[in-house]
Amino acid sequence: MSIEISAKSIQPVRLTYGNLEERFGGKKPSSRYQEAVYDVQPTANFQYRPLWDKDHELYDVSRTAIVMEDWYSFADPRQFYYGTYNIARSKQQDVAEHNFAFVDKRDLLEVMPEAVKQAAREILVPLRHVEWAANMNNCQITDECYGANFSALAMFNAMDRLGMAQYVTRLGLLLDGNETTSLDAGKKAWMEAPHWQPLRHAIEDMFVLDDWFELMVAQNFVLDGLVFPLLYDRFEKKLTSEGGATIAMLTEFMDDWYKETERWTNALAKVTAKESKDNQDLLSSWVTKWGDRLSIAIEPIATKAFGENGVNELAEVKQALLARLAKQGLAV
Amino acid sequence: MSDKKNTVFLILQDNDDARPIIESVEQDNPEATIQYQPGMVRMEAAGRLVVNRETVEENLGREWDVQELHLNLISLAGNVDEDDEKFELAWN
Repeated sequence: MSIEISAKSIQPVRLTYGNLEERFGGKKPSSRYQEAVYDVQPTANFQYRPLWDKDHELYDVSRTAIVMEDWYSFADPRQFYYGTYNIARSKQQDVAEHNFAFVDKRDLLEVMPEAVKQAAREILVPLRHVEWAANMNNCQITDECYGANFSALAMFNAMDRLGMAQYVTRLGLLLDGNETTSLDAGKKAWMEAPHWQPLRHAIEDMFVLDDWFELMVAQNFVLDGLVFPLLYDRFEKKLTSEGGATIAMLTEFMDDWYKETERWTNALAKVTAKESKDNQDLLSSWVTKWGDRLSIAIEPIATKAFGENGVNELAEVKQALLARLAKQGLAV
Repeated sequence: MSDKKNTVFLILQDNDDARPIIESVEQDNPEATIQYQPGMVRMEAAGRLVVNRETVEENLGREWDVQELHLNLISLAGNVDEDDEKFELAWN
């Protein structure tokens, strides 16, 4: 008796969900990212307007001056949804934990020059308040934005900011043998020291912006585009050259995070500016407005961090930021 | 395929992990034919077939090690030239 084995191919009737079939043609199976993000947010049948805002629906495209034909035309280059985001962050968290444990175990901060420690206390530790503000701002964006691939990513971003504020806090604690001395001093500097006040003022003005996309530009495009390259990259390189490589080890996440987040903001700027001339003009004017405001606000901190070189360093960082955004189609 | 002797192919499992790789092969090798068979995907080309790390990373949205290709690899034909940037099949 012979047995004939033949492979029989069974084609599924549908490869993906109806909404994705409409978008992508349904010839290929959808990725998990597409399934998790596209069209998730309700778009119709909002029975009541929210009590706190009678002019808008619960989800409303008119909460920003930016107009998009399709709010899902933007795709995250990192393809973050709950699963991929958590996998990526959990790996990074393992590395960061290991770094902290290593520094603690080997007492690496003990051997660091006191001047470097002091510089970290004065420049890096107050940044935990900046991160907290960034958390607030991204929660605000999550609340008001339109489309699941905006709200999900803004929320992930907000959570990242809390994480980074915690890393800075832990750095502050490690610097003083688990005493809160430098955290308290950092809070005091943030509230009172003259060189932090322009930035605090600008950030508090951002808290009350009405247009969530303007807030997105101010916070995630401009402020991050200045603070991260200037302080977590350039300033830490300076500290490293002065014997503070340990600090860079403890804030490695911020550096990696910014490089990764840049891809998101680039894609966002590109898609939004390409949509229409009006969008492009609006984005460009916001970048110019906040670029000017925030670079003036950061200048005293840059001077404190780099001495007389500070103004130059900041100008270079700002130039790089504007060049990057211009490449995405903004007129800046 | 004009010259059958010259054909190289790469066969991957037809699953979620392999899809970004298959897409990248499609993008980077316009000449290649892609055949969907039960449970696997056969990518065939005359002379040369390349999987570029950069393209896969773009499709996948994260960093990708070229060696991850082997997790979903079923079969291949051709001499392999593999480094950090690409996985290339050709007959030397």
